[in-house]
Amino acid sequence: MSQPVLGAPLDRVEGPGKVTGRIAYTADNDIPGMVHAVVVESTIANGRIAAIDESAARSAPGVIAIMTPRNAPRVDARKVDANDSLLFLLQGDAVEFDRQPVAVAIAETFEQATYAARLVRVRYDVRPPTTALASGERFLPDQIFGKPAQHKRGMPEDAFARAAVTLKQTYRTPTEHHNPMETHATIAQWTGDRLTIYDATQWVFGVQHRLAATFGIDPKAIRVVAPFVGGAFGCKGQTWSHVPLAAMAARLAGRPVKLVVTRPQMFGWVGHRPQTEQVVGLGAARDGTLAAVTHDVLSETSMSDEFVEPSVVFSRDLYAVPNYAMSDTLSRLNISKPTYQRGPGESTGSFAMESAMDELSYALGIDPLELRLRNYSANDPDSGKPYSSKRLRECYAAAAAQFGWSARNPKVRSTSRGRMLVGSGMATASRATHRSPCTVRMRMNADGNVLVQCGTIEQGTGTPTVYPQLAAEILEIPPERVRFEFGNTDLPAAPIAAGSQTSGSVGSAVVVAARRMRELLVSHDGKPPADGFEVELEDSPPPEEAEHATQAFGAHFAEVEVDPDLGTVRVTRFVGAFDGGRILNAKTARSQMLGGIVWGISMALFEDTRYDARSGRIMNANLSEYLVPTNADIPDVEVILIAGDDPFANPAGAKGIGEVGICGSAAAVANAVYHATGIRIRDLPITPDKLIR
Amino acid sequence: METVNIEVNGRSYSNEVEPRLLLVHYLRDTLGLTGTHVGCDTSSCGACTVLLDGISVKSCTVFAAQAGGHAVTTIEGIGNSGALHPMQEAFWAKHGLQCGFCTPGMIVSCIDLLRRNPDPSDAEIRAGIEGNLCRCTGYENIVRAVRAAAAAMKADEPRRSVAELLPVGAS
Repeated sequence: MSQPVLGAPLDRVEGPGKVTGRIAYTADNDIPGMVHAVVVESTIANGRIAAIDESAARSAPGVIAIMTPRNAPRVDARKVDANDSLLFLLQGDAVEFDRQPVAVAIAETFEQATYAARLVRVRYDVRPPTTALASGERFLPDQIFGKPAQHKRGMPEDAFARAAVTLKQTYRTPTEHHNPMETHATIAQWTGDRLTIYDATQWVFGVQHRLAATFGIDPKAIRVVAPFVGGAFGCKGQTWSHVPLAAMAARLAGRPVKLVVTRPQMFGWVGHRPQTEQVVGLGAARDGTLAAVTHDVLSETSMSDEFVEPSVVFSRDLYAVPNYAMSDTLSRLNISKPTYQRGPGESTGSFAMESAMDELSYALGIDPLELRLRNYSANDPDSGKPYSSKRLRECYAAAAAQFGWSARNPKVRSTSRGRMLVGSGMATASRATHRSPCTVRMRMNADGNVLVQCGTIEQGTGTPTVYPQLAAEILEIPPERVRFEFGNTDLPAAPIAAGSQTSGSVGSAVVVAARRMRELLVSHDGKPPADGFEVELEDSPPPEEAEHATQAFGAHFAEVEVDPDLGTVRVTRFVGAFDGGRILNAKTARSQMLGGIVWGISMALFEDTRYDARSGRIMNANLSEYLVPTNADIPDVEVILIAGDDPFANPAGAKGIGEVGICGSAAAVANAVYHATGIRIRDLPITPDKLIR
Repeated sequence: METVNIEVNGRSYSNEVEPRLLLVHYLRDTLGLTGTHVGCDTSSCGACTVLLDGISVKSCTVFAAQAGGHAVTTIEGIGNSGALHPMQEAFWAKHGLQCGFCTPGMIVSCIDLLRRNPDPSDAEIRAGIEGNLCRCTGYENIVRAVRAAAAAMKADEPRRSVAELLPVGAS
């Protein structure tokens, strides 16, 4: 072939459907006889339901049923495993967070169901809620993703006490809600004891197993379809309460039910990034060499469930630090259960650690980039394992050169443009890559065209475009001759599309299957027989893969302008360079990095879920008050891909690229704000009130 | 109930609707035109943007009854796979989309932006479509797409079909 297929910036195969509005997301589907369900959510954050008066709602036009704890089908709301979540399925009267489902209105039309939901009168016995991180009951979780909640290497206390220079600061990140543009939606249809579900999910098999446990039926009796998913960023990874509620409503109504979660309800029961309070201690020699790092994290969890934001991963696994200590403490609050959000752990942890590194650079008078280079680690500092690949040095060099970092005046508040203060800052990006078992079926027909089937999903990452590229590269055929079928539980099992593991998991399974198909092809003199070939295999990471630590890396450089009178911050330039291993498609990969950086800018300047301390209710549960960046808030962002194979990571040679962009980017902005103003903001977001003193 | 007569994508419709029915739900649920999406409830996100007599509106802010006697154009009426609007082609080619959920409303807004300002600067593009949120792309490729579409429309390039734009042999 004349052109390399892998890595080529091919246009998305589903692009025409997306630009013409022809492809269907979950809520776009219509099933004959379908009715509509609308969730009634609690208006208190702590207490119990004293009484529900649904009489007015029940007699409203078009209403089929009002489902309350009194008449809801009995189901099992418990978790199926440690990673699952306790659900709120109208099985009792306890209320433990704002916007917890307390009833469901079912009616012929969406308008009628919405109106009926508003007529449901709920009386509560209210107890005072706790939503401030400092006020919750504190405890050490039993484990964090299989590791202890406290961990040490070397002698951190001694090393810290003896260090020439020490720094200890507290950094805070707020509660943030994912807010993909598509809200959650579920359509449920019972046919006898068989259940068909359309759901906006990152994992059709997770929904299948959760519903099987909830209803006590065989998973094989449940078919889950995820049409195109309109963004997720982690909130569609869990099966949340509305999914079984839709199926319960369908059972009660005896009709298929569509349940669309509203935007204000997206702040209810579908997860969020937990707020954190992180104390980072750095002990260093005068030359900047780190002797000790401590990282103690307090994060929020819900009253009856546990989620730990693993912020410590960033400080634990990046710099060459011989002495290290971390701890993760949880605070129980009247909030819904937090969950994974783009770059869980490293996104929040990098803000703390990379802000602290910036502070240390000024304390020592060492250039921030130089300080990182002096602490560069050739191996994973915690496990001692070699990295599967690490091109972070190249990332620093390429991004710094593109940004013009060497021309920067290191003095704070030294640069202005008109009346604006100008500053620049940098930070390191790092994010672990994972790989899970994945099954694919690959068929080559007599005409040489190939069908690849795998039950993963498309949430904007480019699934139906990039995996055919990977197969085509190995089979030495044009990528347009490979079709990828995805998005339902009839297909071979795929892991959850999350955790920077899809390229490594689905991609590797496609590679292994394509290699086997290629062998078959060679043994048949390059021509498939009349009935074609079929390969189906489950690919799992072999034990030797654990001999290496696999992380994606990057370097962020940001320039900001700060209005000295108004305290407003604008990011005026941003350059990011990334080591994501082998790049499967330069166009979709670059876009992942752009999006990730903008999430970091958003984390630095905008996103902040606010709780009213007295009522425990969220005060900004909508997109007019929960701010995400608009087009006008964002400058041109330059992305540099430092591509290269990673033979030890996985057969695809790819590291995760969906999350590394947000890791470190908020710190780069905060560090630039310090350089511009001399004001160090340690609690996000950086709003004007914090800069006007 | 109230009778509305609305022209949508060049076709005339007459329906009995509740006065409270929003235009977006009329388009989606009554007419089955699901390319127009619902993203917020507060007219913040722009996913539901359509043209009303050629001017962009957020269809969650308009009652179906208010659109009576007017002409509505949804993404389905902008262009189809047989003849893509230059803006649709540009969003595809310049990767002005990822998950695609904001894309129909975004494209409609961008078309209205070019109606008002056929040759916008990058800053004018960014300010001109700030009422349409995208959570995936980081916006830059959307700006590139608008620039490309503006150039194509200025040159009066003919509409192309998806088949013409695909590599040879693609199915």
